[in-house]
Amino acid sequence: MSLILLFTTALLIEKIILISVLFAITLGVAAYSTYGERKVAAFIQDRLGPNRAGPFGLLQPLADGVKFFTKEDFTPNAAERWLYILAPGAFMFVACMTSAVIPWGTQLTIFEKPVDLQVADLNIGILYIMGFVSLGVYGIMIGGWASNNKYSLYGAIRASSQMISYELAMGLSIIAVIMMTGTLSLKEIAAQQAGLNWNIWYQPLGFIIFLVCALAECNRAPFDLAECETELVGGYHTEYSSMKLGFYLFAEYINMFISCAVIATLYFGGYNFPGVDPGWLGGFMGPIVLFAKIIFFIFVFMWIRWTIPRFRYDQLMHLGWKSLIPLSILNMVLTGAGVLLFEN
Amino acid sequence: MEPSGYMPIVLQSLVALGFVALVLIVVPLLGPRRKSDKKNENFECGIEGQGNARMPVSIKYLMTAILFVLFDVEVIFFYPYAVNFREMGFNGFFAVLMFVGVFLLGFYYVLRKGAFEWDR
Amino acid sequence: MTLYIFLTLAIVSVITALLMVFSRNPVHSVLFLILTFFAIAGQYVLLNAQFLAVVHIIVYAGAIMVLFLFVLMMLNLNSETEPQKSTMWKIMAAIAAGSLLLTLTGALRGSVQLATPVQSNPRVGLVENLGKVLFTDFVVPFEIAGILFLAAMVGAVLVGKKDLKL
Repeated sequence: MSLILLFTTALLIEKIILISVLFAITLGVAAYSTYGERKVAAFIQDRLGPNRAGPFGLLQPLADGVKFFTKEDFTPNAAERWLYILAPGAFMFVACMTSAVIPWGTQLTIFEKPVDLQVADLNIGILYIMGFVSLGVYGIMIGGWASNNKYSLYGAIRASSQMISYELAMGLSIIAVIMMTGTLSLKEIAAQQAGLNWNIWYQPLGFIIFLVCALAECNRAPFDLAECETELVGGYHTEYSSMKLGFYLFAEYINMFISCAVIATLYFGGYNFPGVDPGWLGGFMGPIVLFAKIIFFIFVFMWIRWTIPRFRYDQLMHLGWKSLIPLSILNMVLTGAGVLLFEN
Repeated sequence: MEPSGYMPIVLQSLVALGFVALVLIVVPLLGPRRKSDKKNENFECGIEGQGNARMPVSIKYLMTAILFVLFDVEVIFFYPYAVNFREMGFNGFFAVLMFVGVFLLGFYYVLRKGAFEWDR
Repeated sequence: MTLYIFLTLAIVSVITALLMVFSRNPVHSVLFLILTFFAIAGQYVLLNAQFLAVVHIIVYAGAIMVLFLFVLMMLNLNSETEPQKSTMWKIMAAIAAGSLLLTLTGALRGSVQLATPVQSNPRVGLVENLGKVLFTDFVVPFEIAGILFLAAMVGAVLVGKKDLKL
C-alpha cells in the first residue's frame, strides 16, 4: 500500500513539474509568436519590424507584457460586470487546457528515471481537443454580449458562427485520419508515423481542409472577420482593456501554437523524423523535432495572414458550409473505399 | 486506460485556473484607476450612444447554430465507426455509406432551401 | 477515493443545477448548466465511459448550450421590456409542475427495485467496444437516427422559413 502511495506521489510530482514546464513553454511561445508575427509581417512588407527593445527587438514581448499589466483596467458602466470579467478568463482557461494530450516526445530519462512527455495519454485524445475547441466559443460570445456594445455583440456573433461552422469540417477531416490510424489516442497516432510514414501522404486533401479550419478556428486572417477593424472596431473585445484584452490576444496565440502542434502530430509525424531517433539526447530529440515542425507551421500561419486578403462574411460562410463540408465527406468516403479496396 | 489517467487533466485545470484567477485579481490593482461617466460609456465611435446592445440579430445566425447542433451529432457518430473501420470491412462501410447518404440528403435539402445563402 | 470523487461531483452537479434554475439572468443559467454538464461528464469518466464523457462535453456543452446562447442573444433581453408574469400564471405553472412531480413519485414508488447491475466488463464504455456494438447489433436504430436527423433538419428549415424568405 505504502509503495503504491509512494509511486503515485512521485507520479504526481512528475506530472506537476511537466505541467508547469509545459505551461511556461506555452506562454513563452505565445509571447514570442507576437514578436515573430511582427517580424514576419515586416519581412513580407519590406520593413524592419520591432527593433528598439533589446537586440533585434527581442525584448519587445516583455515590454508589451509590462504595458498590458500596468494599463488601467476599466469596466464600462453598461456591462454585465461578472460576465465581463469571467469571459476573458474562460477564453484563456480553455486555451491553456488543450496542451494536455499532445505527445511532445516519447520519453525523457531524468536521473535514470523515464518520464513520459505527455501530460495525459487519453483514450479519446483527439476528441478531448475537439471538446475544448468547441468550448472556446463561450469566452468570445459571453465577452461580446456582456460588454453591452453593438460592435462587440456583432463581433461575438460573427466569431462564434464562424467557429461552429468550421468545427464541422474539422471534425470530418479528423475522422479520415482516424480511419487510417484506428485510434483516437494522439500518442498512438504519433507513434504509428515513425520514420517518414506520415499521414500527410495518405491524407493530402484532409490536411488542406484541416489547415483551413484551423485558421478559421483561431480567428486568424484571412478569417479574422470577428475583429475586422474597418467594420467592427475591435470586434468582441472592443470594450476590453489591460490584461483582459491581453488574455484575448494571448489566448489566440496559444490556440495557434496548439493548432500547429496538432497539425504536426496528426499529419506530419509528430516527434518523428526520418533518420532521427526521438530518444537521442536523453529523449530531448523528440521535442526538438516537434518544435521545429511547430515553428514552421506557425510561420506558415503568419505567411498566410500577411499574404491573403480577408474574406467577406458571406464568402466565409459559403466556403465553410458549401465547400469544406461536402469536400471533407468526400474525403472520408474516398479514404474508406480506398483502404478497403487496397488492403483486401 | 483507467479513470485515474484523468488526474493530470484535473491538475492542469487547477494550474490554468490558478493562473487565470491570479492575473484577473492582481492586474486590476496594478493599473491606475480614474473613473468618469464619459469614459465609462460604451464605445460608439465618438457619437452619443443610442440604447443598448440587447437587440435581435439576423435569424441566419440562429439557423447556423441549429444546423450545427444537428450536423455535430451526426459527425460524432462517425468517430466510433472510424476507430473500428478496418475490422468492420465492407459491412460496416455500407451501413455508414447509407448514413452518409441520409446526411447528404439532409444537407442537399438545407442547401436548396437556401439556409446557407448569406448574400441575400 | 472513488466514493469521495463521486460525492463531490454529485454535490457539484446538484448545486449548479439548482443555481441554474434559480438564477435571474438567463446567461448565468446557461453557464451553470455548462458546469452541471461538466460534473456529469466527470461521472461518466468514473464509470470508465470515456467516449460518452467527451461526447457529453462536445454535444451538450459545446453545441446545444451554444445554441441556447444564440437564442438568448436573439431575444430582446431588455429588463424594461421583459414581460412580467402575472400571479395567475405562476399558480398555473405551480399546479402543472406539481402534478408532474406527483406522477413521477407515483411511478417511482410503483417500480420494482432492480438488482444493482454488476459491471461485467469495465472496458465496455470505451470507444472501440461502443463502435463494435453500435455497428453490429444496433445498425438499424443507427440508420433510423439518421432519418430522425433529416426530419429535424426539415423542421429547422421550416421554422426559419418565413424570415429566410425562401
